[in-house]
Amino acid sequence: MSIFEAIRSALTAIGANALRSALTMLGIIIGVAAVIAMVAIGSGARERVTSQIKSLGANLAIIQSGNVTQGGARLGAGASSTLTDEDAGAILKEVEDVVAAAPAIFTRAQAVYAGTNWSTQITATDLDFFAAREWDVAEGRLFEPEELRKGEIVAIIGQTVAKNLFGEQNPLDQQFRIRNVPFKVIGVMAPKGQSALGQDQDDVIFVPLDTGRRRIIGRNYARDRSVQTIMVKFANEGAIAPGIEQTGALLRQRHRLMADQDDDFIVRNLTEIANTATQAATTLSWLLAAVAGVSLLVGGIGIMNIMLVSVTERTREIGLRLAVGARQRDILAQFLIEATTLATIGGAVGIALGVGSALTIANIAGWPSVVSIETILVAVGVSGMIGVFFGFYPARQAARLDPIEALRRE
Amino acid sequence: MPLIEARELSRVYDLDSGRVTALDRVSLDIEAGDLVAVMGPSGSGKSTFMNLIGCLDRPTGGHYRLDGVAVETLSSDGLAELRNRKLGFVFQQFNLLPRVDACANVELPMVYAGADRKARRERALAALGRVGLAERAHHRPMQLSGGQQQRVAIARALVNEPRLLLADEPTGALDSRTALEILALFQDLNREGVTVVLVTHDAEVARHARRVIRFRDGHLLSDQRQQPADARAALAALDAAPPVYPETEIHAEALP
Ligand SMILES: Nc1ncnc2c1ncn2[C@@H]1O[C@H](COP(=O)(O)OP(=O)(O)OP(=O)(O)O)[C@@H](O)[C@H]1O
Ligand SMILES: [Mg+2]
Repeated sequence: MSIFEAIRSALTAIGANALRSALTMLGIIIGVAAVIAMVAIGSGARERVTSQIKSLGANLAIIQSGNVTQGGARLGAGASSTLTDEDAGAILKEVEDVVAAAPAIFTRAQAVYAGTNWSTQITATDLDFFAAREWDVAEGRLFEPEELRKGEIVAIIGQTVAKNLFGEQNPLDQQFRIRNVPFKVIGVMAPKGQSALGQDQDDVIFVPLDTGRRRIIGRNYARDRSVQTIMVKFANEGAIAPGIEQTGALLRQRHRLMADQDDDFIVRNLTEIANTATQAATTLSWLLAAVAGVSLLVGGIGIMNIMLVSVTERTREIGLRLAVGARQRDILAQFLIEATTLATIGGAVGIALGVGSALTIANIAGWPSVVSIETILVAVGVSGMIGVFFGFYPARQAARLDPIEALRRE
Repeated sequence: MPLIEARELSRVYDLDSGRVTALDRVSLDIEAGDLVAVMGPSGSGKSTFMNLIGCLDRPTGGHYRLDGVAVETLSSDGLAELRNRKLGFVFQQFNLLPRVDACANVELPMVYAGADRKARRERALAALGRVGLAERAHHRPMQLSGGQQQRVAIARALVNEPRLLLADEPTGALDSRTALEILALFQDLNREGVTVVLVTHDAEVARHARRVIRFRDGHLLSDQRQQPADARAALAALDAAPPVYPETEIHAEALP
């Protein structure tokens, strides 16, 4: 009997008990669908975390001023501006393997252009910021060193700002106002998308550090060189930990802290945070896959159960087949093929269901859809293997029947 | 060389409740081309004997040669092949597969003989033609009468052209006329050279055999040759003189 014929006769047997077969398949259908959907959700989440981390830039540490003790009360991060842009310069010069050290001040303000206004984040920084974030303009240019040094009134805007302030117009060389100061647009950033916290990173206006400080926040450059954060980019991942160590020592020395005084700054290793997040996402996807795997296992047990019932019901048929010349292995093959066919059909339906729900979920969550051919092939293989594995015991029971006993059974 | 050579053939069941000797040292030859009826009371070992000569069971003692082959030496695959090529079985309960049609039922032994689909179909249709069911080839067992189902079972037993046809109570579930038709079929096949052994406890059925073997308590009791009654002739007689129903007679007398 060819395998094709064997499958056809298995289909006949499956069709003879259509409802029962369908219910049995349901276990596999749900199991396979769950595995595919869960793996897709898991890797979708991981991919999203990874892409957000990538959008932040690799090998970054962020130094925030703060944690100052005033009269016994410890104030939180950012409570006091203890960092300066000179600290940033010192870090770049003295700490090993630092590629960029970007001082930055953040504030929210309203930008106005020809009757339109748009409230957005203003980031006052220097060129190192763009190097650290690995972010460039899509149109126009970045700041010139001269513009930074002189604190000229120029701005580079994010995609969201460009859209909301200028609409269809080309924003380059246009003038808009922030707190009544007229800024000239010299560049538009490339799109960056959402941050790990769900913020729109394109909703931003960059201005030179001193311009922001004097014109927008209204501080006196001569007396106040403080910044909120310094973003430090290292040459490679291995350089981060020793670099952070050196940076801490350097800042303590520069801030003239005594040995018994706490740091007046906080250093965060973004790569470490990113790795933790990726790890969490990986763990999550394994967990989801394991839960789905359990339901697949339950589906397999369902197949075993129904095959055992089927062997019992068809004992006389088995006896007859043995009487007309079937060998034990023919009977074994017959029931194995039946179990495998049952599992594979269930698997196919499960794949359709799983891919459907994975795509729907990805669509709703706004993830890249990550149903891969590999997942599908693995699901087909696994459901076939479940048929073989869980079908083997019942099939062996069938093959070992004594022909006379089997024929006599009611 | 006889087709069947049984020497001191025994079958003992070891049960928790004790030993049951179903067949006790039976020695017997059956020549090719014979038509043998096996008789005896219930529990006398008829089915046990059939299962042994049909290679469905192994003896616990003695020797058995089928067509010159010492069956004890064969593996279970070897026995399966022997059943497939040399033997055909007919059962009291027909044992047809309910989900497939008559033709597919008849094809079953050829499936295990490894014949290709086309050859199988052709030979199955030929076998069905031989038992007079050519036009019922695509009916399912449920759509056939008992006699027709038994004829499908006979076609299935014949399809691999076996040396020996074994039938355990083949007419047990049929009325006497249908039983006669089945017996006529066996006699036709026997004339064509097929050796037939049939188990029955009906003396009327046994009349159609050339040889009658009787068992009692697992022993061979008697072994007689006889002039077989002709089943075809009996059927023709039945058709020529249809039975007169008693009610009809009473009714006729009651007429004024
Ligand atoms: N599987 C078995 N286990 C135990 N004893 C058995 C088994 N099969 C048959 N026997 C015993 O062997 C004896 C012969 O049984 P067998 O079936 O050959 O009788 P039989 O002549 O075919 O009877 P019947 O006309 O009722 O079919 C009986 O006493 C029966 O109880
Ligand atoms: Mg019997």
